[in-house]
Amino acid sequence: MIKLPRFRSPSLRNAISSLLAVIVAIAISTIIIVVVGKNPFEVYSIFLRETLGNPYGIGQVLFKATPLMFTGFAAGICFKAGLFNIGAEGQLLIGAFCTAIIGYVFAPLPPVILVPLCIIAGIIGGGLWGIIPGFIKATFGAHEVINTIMMNFIAAGVVNYLVGNVFFVPATVHTPEIGINANLPRLESFATFFHGSPVNLSIFLALGASILLQFYLSRTTFGYEIRATGLSQDASRYARIKTSRVMIWTFFLSGALSGLVGTNYVLGYKHYFELGFSEGVGFIGIAVALLARNNPIAIIVTALFFGILEYGSLTINVIIPKELANIIQAVAILSIITLTKVFDRYQIRLMEPAK
Amino acid sequence: MNIVEMQHMTKRFGQYVANDDVSVQFQEKSIHAIIGENGAGKSTLMKMLYGFHTPDKGIIRIRGKEERISDPSRAISLGIGMVHQHFMLIPALTALENIILGDEPTRYGSVLDIRRAEEEVISLSEKYGLTLNPRHRIQNLPIGSQQRVEILKILYRKADIIIFDEPTPVLTPQEVHSFLTSLENLRAEGKTIILITHKLSEVFTVCDRLTILRQGKVVLSCEKTETTPHEVARLMTGQDLPPSPGKDTIRSEDKTVEFVNVSSRSRISPDSLKDMSFYLRRGEILGVAGVEGNGQASLIQLVLGFQHPISGRILWKGKSNIPSAIAYIPDDRIKNGMISDFTLQENLLLGRHKELEFSHRSVFQRTPVNAFSSRVLSEYDVQPGNPSLPIRNLSGGNQQKLVVGRELTKDSELVVANQPTRGLDIKAIEFVHSVLIRERNRGRSVLLISSDLAELLKLSDRIIVMYEGTITGVFDSSATTDEELGLYMTGVKRQVTS
Repeated sequence: MIKLPRFRSPSLRNAISSLLAVIVAIAISTIIIVVVGKNPFEVYSIFLRETLGNPYGIGQVLFKATPLMFTGFAAGICFKAGLFNIGAEGQLLIGAFCTAIIGYVFAPLPPVILVPLCIIAGIIGGGLWGIIPGFIKATFGAHEVINTIMMNFIAAGVVNYLVGNVFFVPATVHTPEIGINANLPRLESFATFFHGSPVNLSIFLALGASILLQFYLSRTTFGYEIRATGLSQDASRYARIKTSRVMIWTFFLSGALSGLVGTNYVLGYKHYFELGFSEGVGFIGIAVALLARNNPIAIIVTALFFGILEYGSLTINVIIPKELANIIQAVAILSIITLTKVFDRYQIRLMEPAK
Repeated sequence: MNIVEMQHMTKRFGQYVANDDVSVQFQEKSIHAIIGENGAGKSTLMKMLYGFHTPDKGIIRIRGKEERISDPSRAISLGIGMVHQHFMLIPALTALENIILGDEPTRYGSVLDIRRAEEEVISLSEKYGLTLNPRHRIQNLPIGSQQRVEILKILYRKADIIIFDEPTPVLTPQEVHSFLTSLENLRAEGKTIILITHKLSEVFTVCDRLTILRQGKVVLSCEKTETTPHEVARLMTGQDLPPSPGKDTIRSEDKTVEFVNVSSRSRISPDSLKDMSFYLRRGEILGVAGVEGNGQASLIQLVLGFQHPISGRILWKGKSNIPSAIAYIPDDRIKNGMISDFTLQENLLLGRHKELEFSHRSVFQRTPVNAFSSRVLSEYDVQPGNPSLPIRNLSGGNQQKLVVGRELTKDSELVVANQPTRGLDIKAIEFVHSVLIRERNRGRSVLLISSDLAELLKLSDRIIVMYEGTITGVFDSSATTDEELGLYMTGVKRQVTS
């Protein structure tokens, strides 16, 4: 029902801004590479060859992109409601931990029951962890940025404690393995193309979530209330939308989506919960959502882009120190976030000279 | 002498011609009104004079000399100042700080000389009769005083040509009165005033000359004495306005809503209600007169059910259960009545999105939603009526028509209209007035809160006057005048209640 006018299409305009930002980010990275005395062409050729130039690389990119899709949705849905969720990192820790514990405790159950049960555990764990800062925000007005950051610390402490003291395998930093019935098959078991790569069925969960989320936001009354709350709390209140409830519910959804990260790593890859596995995907998800303007379909595309960046920065370690690769990645993210804003403003000026 | 001459001004925005060969002369020490409907090109013309827009064609002469006004700072150095419709003040700073901001007097090179600034501002405010305590913070000042701060800001920068963009819709009747007086003071002190407006009463009270724009062209430019309000209205709109529908007599004594000794404690504003009683009948328009801030906000919150009385009772058709839907036309449409980034269709669903007609198990149903939007957009003449356009692209009048359409098509016996025509042009005002009367004649009850006494007298069957949270008088609108209402609004007189 939400049709965009074909002329001066804002979605096209957004895509152009995002693309321009990516191009400038590449240019800045090139400068950094040149400054440290490396050959940018060599770096880029390795980067491209190792990420998109072979089946294994593509598999790795998809594997890296899958959690970013979930955390991208998580950040995106909160942005839609006018909320800034920095807590995806904590929510995914709790969610993934719940997934791992259920997969371990209920190991004997048959796959058709156990796998959904593990996924639901991730949804509920992440969701409940998300509800807490949402509730504090909606009820007491304390800013969600602070709440979610604090919840991240608490989540890290909780899983550290549990993995170190309760559910642990001696001499490791991970939980016991989940039952074989809880394993999500890798794509290589259906297509030899992906041989050796841990990309697994959870990527389809992400694609499904994208479509559902898009439908939810644009075609349901709940999604409508989320968007209305995000754009104008005053008008929403007069429209008898219970904005506090909407905020809490959005935080639940956001946490639940973050919690699904565990399906990729725990069910699809390592089969246990390991401390430090997330590598900041909760935070990168914010950039994924920003670059996609919070559109669930576009998040798939930007998550893939960031997946290339993530995996690519590992591959160029051969000639570039890891730290530098990290710097380039962060500079790229920073310039994309900044420049999309700059280009937006410029394009709006170009297209709409005045009222 | 002509202090400003604008000749053959043309300005296009894409395909749209906002000003088409417009020529106007402004005489020194006069008040000159620029009038026209929304979108007639008044603001564009003035923004070219103030350096916001560069003209595509045309010549501007200031004091006989041709000037290129490339930006507002050039305009300011030429002695041109502009008071915008939305004030550009910093709420947390004092009036004085706002006035001198960007042009602060200093000593020893860079130390702020606040005392000299204050003396200067006080002497300006005395000279022009713009009463103001410069030490008050903007956030604590009423709108009328904020406007005086804006004017002083301009005078402080030594402007002698002052442009006012729609200055009065935000003001109370008393504030309008004192504003018009200050315009006369400014003229007496040798300033030239350009007043963008569409209120004919103001034009014919204070202005010397007037220029009417329609669709980007000048249709009349003359002395005030050479024309009549009727002719001006006709030229502005390009047509004779249809007469408003007449009102039938009230046939019913059924009370749609009744307040019985209601008191409230308001969280939002200090204007709580004290022991207020009134009723509203079926098929009646009840006007609420009063200076803003005398309990109207509280009254509305109570009627809408957003607030509850601390004592007394509110009865709905004699019972105490509040209806599920109430049609409400808010005073601040942009803040409370619509969402700028939503499309027309999404805005039409605001507050109605859960109605069973539009959503089935929480999923929107395209067919009824589309049918509903095209019906409302055409019935309420929203232009352009493309449901997928963002509402921000519409003029204020059209946005208001959409809000009015959305609310009046609600299944509600009560219509609460809060300043429903504020900031609208004549045609849109007429439209809103006629639909309110139409709904009344259909048997609905309308609670009309307005600071425009002429509007209240025209539409209402009865008028209640609010002062300090209570009712000082109830009047049959055919048997009262705005002067009489004014006395009750300011608490000078009150009816003895038994």
